[in-house]
Formats: sequence, structure tokens, C-alpha cells
Amino acid sequence: MNVLVCVKQIPDPNNPYELVDGRIKRTGGTNVLDPGDEFGVEAALQLTESGGGEVTVLSMGPDHAMEAIRRALSMGAHKGILVTDPQLEGADGLATARVLAAAIKRESYDLVIAGVESTDGSTGTVPGTVAELLGLPQATFAKELDVKDGTLHVQRQTEKGYDDVECALPALVTVTAGVNEPRYPTFKGIMQAKSKPVEQLTVADLGLSADDVRATQSIAKIEPAPARGAGEKFEDDGTGAAKIAEFLKEAKVI
Amino acid sequence: MAKIWVYGDPTPGSTGYKTTLELLTMARELGGELEAVVLGPGATEAAATFGEYGATKVFASDDAAYHDVIASAAAHALATLAAEHAPNVVLFPMTYEARDVASRLSAKTGSALMSNATGVPSVDSAQTAILGGAQIVDVSFEGPDPKIVLIRPKSAEASPSGGTAEVVPVTIDLAGVAGAKVTARHEKEAEGIQLEDAPVVLSGGRGLQDPSNFSLLDDLAAAIGNTAVGATRAVVDAGWVPYAMQVGQTGKTVKPKVYVAIGISGATQHIVGMKSSDRIIAINKDPDAPIFSLADLGIVGDALKIVPQLTEEVKARKG
Repeated sequence: MNVLVCVKQIPDPNNPYELVDGRIKRTGGTNVLDPGDEFGVEAALQLTESGGGEVTVLSMGPDHAMEAIRRALSMGAHKGILVTDPQLEGADGLATARVLAAAIKRESYDLVIAGVESTDGSTGTVPGTVAELLGLPQATFAKELDVKDGTLHVQRQTEKGYDDVECALPALVTVTAGVNEPRYPTFKGIMQAKSKPVEQLTVADLGLSADDVRATQSIAKIEPAPARGAGEKFEDDGTGAAKIAEFLKEAKVI
Repeated sequence: MAKIWVYGDPTPGSTGYKTTLELLTMARELGGELEAVVLGPGATEAAATFGEYGATKVFASDDAAYHDVIASAAAHALATLAAEHAPNVVLFPMTYEARDVASRLSAKTGSALMSNATGVPSVDSAQTAILGGAQIVDVSFEGPDPKIVLIRPKSAEASPSGGTAEVVPVTIDLAGVAGAKVTARHEKEAEGIQLEDAPVVLSGGRGLQDPSNFSLLDDLAAAIGNTAVGATRAVVDAGWVPYAMQVGQTGKTVKPKVYVAIGISGATQHIVGMKSSDRIIAINKDPDAPIFSLADLGIVGDALKIVPQLTEEVKARKG
């Protein structure tokens, strides 16, 4: 069973952002494979380890996104595809989905895996758009998944519990952070990753035009939100609980 | 005249349903023709209420397929209706189900899709907040209609305008639509007050050290009364408490009178779900925890000591 995992490189989520002249500037930190995507890579590796097949990792990003692909390869993925092109800078969800779908169409796969949403953008819509472009059923918010006899079985997280979901392959699934425990790359894995094949593609290689990837949204304005009034902070000297109780009383909730 | 559609959730009491009422209220401000599309069991009944909140027309189908198939059927129906009736924008409540539908719709219509919006100043723009809510961003849309906007719960107060909607039955052939099917639902009705409705919410994070310490929050909640207990994504992912308790970017958005963040550092992912609370209290060992910049009252100390003390202080004051 061949599995294709969509991944993204993002600024380290532990790094603070800065707003400079209305644009978001990162204060010289590192880029990482989106932690949410590690769950997807792990899920793919577990499926191919038990059922056979290969894991391909696909990403769209600037050329340093290659590092995120290498990370996935060092976890055990077999090959990578990086779509990188100046035309794609600032691409929105629809453009991203079109690019990913075009790249996926060139591969032979049974299952596409993505995280539920990226840790930096949190839009959570690209996988669904990719699924529709490829004509695939989608099983989202998987907290457990398994493939049996060409059928995907998923436990889908819901507000009140979970649903049992099924669909035939090929399909697309998005996984939550509760789905597994991603493995750490071993030293051997890191060494091997250096020589695993990674294909690098442009928009033109995918047969897409500038129009296909043109942005449909732009930022018109950024301004500070009305600030909450400054609060008070106290070291607990034994009276912390009493202070809170007084606050609750003033708020008329006790 | 602009035509605005709201994709309505037919299940009364659900986050999606309540958010639908908020979206209708918001959409009335835009002027124009306001209509709704509601797909799934309960749609026809919900249409009457959506009319009271401003929809002049509701396209409705009670077909269970829309509830049992993930996204594909609803997206197909919506795309078919949109091609026929040409709305300028479709507003979706940002629930998991609706987000899946909106994602697929964007592929069919080739139009802009924006997620995490908090408002729509016009049919060609939307607002969202970034950096944990510190900055408001205005986004403009281009390209074909309908624009697709996912709006977070509790972005506006719902209020009825009176009025009745014309209900237009939707009968669309779903035979060729392949989708993932729900074969069983495992639902646990939450006991006690719902997280999104409680006037007081106590939330626990990793600072509680151990899942068993959530019982301290339960005791405090019982002492205060009318209080619900929530949690951060970190402890839900770790399996300490169920997903139904999660507050944040993913999970529930709450807007209580008082939100008490206990052992919570204040990551953006969490803040997004609670920053509009009337009053915020934080208890954390780390004086530099980002949550303190949001809190009206912050206590730097050991939550495991302070929470039981607080339970006693509350009981004393309640007499």
C-alpha cells in the first residue's frame, strides 16, 4: 500500500513573532517540520510497516522546506517531493491545494495523509480542497485509523465523542495529535535520509499556469485589537486564594 | 443587490446551530438578500428559526445522507445550488463538519476560502485576528464568486429580527457522489452545565502535573456552582481528559463571565478559545507565562496548593 503524506515546514512554534511595519517578521529563529505533520508521517510509516508499500512525503514551500522533507525521510519515509517556485510565495489555501493535487496526481498511491490543520496557519481547509480536486472521499479528524481489505476505517473525533467512519481506497485522511506517538529519527535514519531521492518541481512542471496559483485573498490592513486593561499580578504569599475569592465575589459569580 | 448565503447547521443546541444564528445576525448588517442552505435531518424545522433570525429564503433538505457522508454530498449540493442561484458569499460556522464542506466547495467553485474569520465587513472582505488576538487583520477577496468564509463561534451576539423564511426543498441526486460514511456514532452527553454556556469556566493545563489533579478543579467547580471544567489541547492530546473539554483554536470557544486558567502557560492555540471572556484569572508557577499578559488577576504560585485553598475560601464566602 503506497501512502503519500502532505507536510509543511513552519517557523518553530516556540519562537515569538514580531510585527514590523504591519508585516509579520520572525525574530531569527528556526524552521521545523510542522509538529502536526509528524503524526501523519508516523501513521504512514505504521501502515506500510505492517502492510508493505512506500511512504512518499510531499511539500510545497521555499527551498529550505527541503529540511522538513529530510526530517520525514529520517523518520523512515522512502522518498520526497518538493514543489518550490517564486510564483508560490504567499499562496493561499486554494493555490496550495491545486499545487499539491497536481503533484499527487503524478504518483501512484492508495492513501493521502495530512494533519488536521497546520500549527502556524490553522486554516485546516487545504486537505479537503485537495481531496475534492482528486475526487477522493475524506475521513477527517482521525484519532485512530486502520486499513483492512482495501477499506479505510477511522475513528473520527467529534464534539461529543467519536464516530466510526469507513471508506474505500483511494482516500484522504487527516489525523489529530492523539493518533499516535511520532518516532524520533535514529542516527542511522538521519544518515540514510541524505541519500533518499527527493524530486524538486516547479509550477510549470506540474502543468499549472500562473492563473491557477494566483492569490484570491490579500491583507488590506492590520491594526491592534482594543487592548484589555492591564491586570494585576501577585506572588502567592498564602493570600492568593483569598484574592481570587474576592475577585469572584466582585464578579458576582459567588 | 448582494446575495449572502449562510450554511446552516440543522441540529438544535449544537455549536453549529448556535453559530448559524450568530452568522445570520452578522449578515443582516450587510444588507442585501440573506438566504440560508440547510442540509441534513432537522433542516426543515430549523428553517423556521433561521427565518426568525433574518433568512428570507431557506434551501432545505432533511436527507440523512448529508449527515452520514463526510462533506462530499453537502459540497456537491451546495455547488449545484450556488451555480444556479449565484450568491456573492457563503458564510459557514466554523465547526469541523462545516469546515470539511467549505474546503470541498472551494475546489468546485474555484473561489477564495478564508478560515478563522471573526467578521465580514463586506461581501468582498473578512476580518480575522492574529498573534493570539492582539492584531486584527482585514482581508480582501478577489476572483470568482461565491467567496467562502468560515466564521468562528461567538464572534457576534445572536439576536432575532422576526420574520419568516420561504422554505425551498432541495432535491439533488447524490447517487454519483463518493464519500466516507459514518457507520456508528459514539456520543456521551455531557453531564451538568455545558462548557460553552457556563458563566464560570475553570481550565486545567499541564501545570496540574497529573490527570488525577483535575479532581481539584471538579471540587472547586462544585463549590462555585454553575461552573464547567475545560482543558488545554496539551492535556487532551496526552489523554488526561476527553476532547469534549478542550478549549482553544481547535476545541471549544468560550466566553464566560470568569475564566480561570490553572497551570496553563497561555499558548496562542489556547488563548484563541478564551480571550473574549469578560474576566480572566490565571494561576501559574512561572511569572513569565504568557497567560499573565491576558489576565485581569494573576497569581504566581503552585496551583496544586492554591486551588484547594480557593475551594475553602469560596465555601466560606458562600456561607
